[in-house]
Amino acid sequence: MTSSSKIGHQEWKRLSRRGVLTGTAGLLISVGLIDGAHATPETMQEAIAGALGETPIRPGRITLDVPPLAENGNSVSLLIEVESPMTAADHVKTIYVFAEKNPLTDVARFHLGPRAGRARVHTVIRLSQTQFVKVLAEMSDGSCWAQTAEVIVTIGGCLDPL
Amino acid sequence: MATARIVMPRTARKGEVIEIKARITHVMETGFRLDNVGQPIPRDILTRFSCSYGGQTVFLMELFTGVAANPFVAFSTVATETGELVFNWSDQKGFSQTERVRLEVT
Repeated sequence: MTSSSKIGHQEWKRLSRRGVLTGTAGLLISVGLIDGAHATPETMQEAIAGALGETPIRPGRITLDVPPLAENGNSVSLLIEVESPMTAADHVKTIYVFAEKNPLTDVARFHLGPRAGRARVHTVIRLSQTQFVKVLAEMSDGSCWAQTAEVIVTIGGCLDPL
Repeated sequence: MATARIVMPRTARKGEVIEIKARITHVMETGFRLDNVGQPIPRDILTRFSCSYGGQTVFLMELFTGVAANPFVAFSTVATETGELVFNWSDQKGFSQTERVRLEVT
């Protein structure tokens, strides 16, 4: 078990190249992950604070299209749209996706800018169990917006043994 | 070499917002799964996907263990000038794969 934790730490240090604070939260969570530990709403909040600092986060401006029920947690469609003119003066800089109960709360980050034309991204994520997905958008003016969606997961992703 | 697919228009009007879909085959092994003797299967995930156009990175995705296998992303960009869009997937262990698609802008 000790050697497993060491492998986990090394790999997590590599993964936290960006967003060191978020990575630190990930390191704390990663100890004993193989035992089945996972993120919680509290550790997700810490990861969000690590990524976005003290900026107040307001609900709104983000629409999430995610199935309310996912048969397979290994493959959950996530479509995100943020209201924004996407001009040089007013655009979405970064979209953050967190899963509150995955083994690691970070799912993905999207870096946009005025050349995106539209703040709309679609990807497919893994969810280990029924939980809330939280999406945050950091705007060019520094404001942060958030939206959450609950996904009921029938068969969890991430942790299936072979 | 992994199999990468880019779906995007090959022509666009200047200023038009085009949608790009990108997918690459990759196991995205989370590191949380255990093998048949109870040992963790080592993590192996792509961590970065970028799209450059006209010498600028116009889109960048950071991937973590929460991204599904064979990572897919759809995003958009403004057609500014005729040129090559350069797509790159990479991880932190030296994997790097690049695909290029030419866009004619009228």
